[in-house]
Amino acid sequence: MEYFVQQLINGLTLGAIYALIAIGYTMVYGIIGMINFAHGEIYMIGAFLAVIAFTGLGIIGLTWVPAAIIVVLLIAMFFTAAYGWTVERIAYRPLRGSHRLAPLISAIGMSIFLQNYVQIAQGAKIKPLPPVVQGNIPLMESASGFTVSISYLQLIIILLTVGLMLGFTYLIQRTSLGRSQRACEQDLKMASLLGVDVDRTISLTFVMGAALAAVAGVMITMYYGVIDFFIGFLAGVKAFTAAVLGGIGSLPGAMLGGLLIGLIEAFWSAYFSVEYKDVATFVILVVVLIFRPTGLLGRPEVEKV
Amino acid sequence: MQDAAHGALAPDAILTVDHLTMRFGGLTAVDDVSFSVRDRSITSIIGPNGAGKTTVFNCLTGFYKPTIGRLALRHGGAVHLLERMEGFRICKEARVARTFQNIRLFGAMTVLENLMVAQHNRLMVASGFSLLGLFGAASFRAAERAAIDKARFWLDRVGLTDRADWEAGNLPYGDQRRLEIARAMCTDPALLCLDEPAAGLNPRESASLNDLLRTIRDSHGIAVLLIEHDMSVVMEISDHIIVLDYGRKIASGSPENVRNDPAVIRAYLGEEEALPPEIAADLEGGR
Repeated sequence: MEYFVQQLINGLTLGAIYALIAIGYTMVYGIIGMINFAHGEIYMIGAFLAVIAFTGLGIIGLTWVPAAIIVVLLIAMFFTAAYGWTVERIAYRPLRGSHRLAPLISAIGMSIFLQNYVQIAQGAKIKPLPPVVQGNIPLMESASGFTVSISYLQLIIILLTVGLMLGFTYLIQRTSLGRSQRACEQDLKMASLLGVDVDRTISLTFVMGAALAAVAGVMITMYYGVIDFFIGFLAGVKAFTAAVLGGIGSLPGAMLGGLLIGLIEAFWSAYFSVEYKDVATFVILVVVLIFRPTGLLGRPEVEKV
Repeated sequence: MQDAAHGALAPDAILTVDHLTMRFGGLTAVDDVSFSVRDRSITSIIGPNGAGKTTVFNCLTGFYKPTIGRLALRHGGAVHLLERMEGFRICKEARVARTFQNIRLFGAMTVLENLMVAQHNRLMVASGFSLLGLFGAASFRAAERAAIDKARFWLDRVGLTDRADWEAGNLPYGDQRRLEIARAMCTDPALLCLDEPAAGLNPRESASLNDLLRTIRDSHGIAVLLIEHDMSVVMEISDHIIVLDYGRKIASGSPENVRNDPAVIRAYLGEEEALPPEIAADLEGGR
């Protein structure tokens, strides 16, 4: 029981991070119908920015942890968003209106480019980050002496994610930017005829997705303490799986899918084998694509005759 | 003045179309058409199927770049050349709104949200591109309220107030048509282009459509450009009619003039052909 609760906490933490990344996939898919395969790399860049920013703050002597985390988050979100905007501008926008495969291939190219760019600019060695937030809250103890605890960092990750999701849902549901995003999702041409600047709306979608991925990158860097230029690939594919599981194009679906993937990974590692946890995730991707391609919360596309 | 339609002759024209030609490869869908739309008037474009009416609309709203021609819109002391504008600016700056023959609502959004999207630009400025909106700034909430008021006004006009929270895609057909007009009006247009708004409406609904269009012209002072096959609508409310056939303008003028124009009758009913003499003789003999 105690073991189960501990894995639940670990799984929720991981799931929160996947969910943050998955939102970027699902929103971009929703609005222009393409899978942005460079999104995992955007997340990786967010993680590198976290290391750089923490190091920089250490040098200038800002060591009060809450302030440091907030500053690092803002720096990472800003620069990662700039990367997201640039990728859309140079790799996807010129291809809009061409064959569906063209932006997909361009995305894969962008992904490889960003990986290599970071590898060259930052080196191929893993980058360590000393623990920023330490300590944990013990929750319960079993008879055999196993203590269930939630670390402060896990608490921060979960609460921050919940807060961002609430804010984001509000943005999409209630503000005029969110409304125009949903309108673009349904009919780009009609939205532009109503005066919505479609190009800008798409750019902002990329910017928002990238900013959330940056938060995930900062959190993972603090959580695991090591990163390298290749972390974007696996995390990206898993978040993509989460988006498909929840129903690609659906925002609550991405959040739910992310949580489920995190939980499945944690419990699979706990009760079956750590080595095969990635296999478990990707089996889910295959099974969902075969039996329920619209995902858990996706709408089936009804073709009117 | 039979041809008041020609641009230079109409000083109070809001829209002037000069020598509009649209070719698709070898096909000329619109061939050297010129006309103008006067401010505060209802102008109808009629013609048999395939005459190029919708193509004219598509050129006006940026779907197609015309092969030749100038589309000038004048209001507020400025001239907007529609053929040179990007899609969203045609609505935002030139203030042209349109509806479609096959309705294009945002089916998965509510009726109210459809009308709010149409007021996007004003709301974006007021909400500081939604950033202030996130923090619930007062200016954002005031703008949002104003937008809802405007939406409510048009919902009242088209009789959809009690369905404001329905998903637009679930509305009955006639309601969807009216909602599309309300949404176009929420963009604050100077020129409203309606593509067959009466298609599929029953006689009672098309009578109330007539009233709505008259209100838009008279109380709101907006120019309406209309494509319509339903002659009960066209003849009753139009101030001016333009007739197209095979992409060419064959007639224009008041409803009365157009109705009696031999060219128009020919386009709609076909040429009366003389029968070959031997067949005529047979027919005579058989009788």
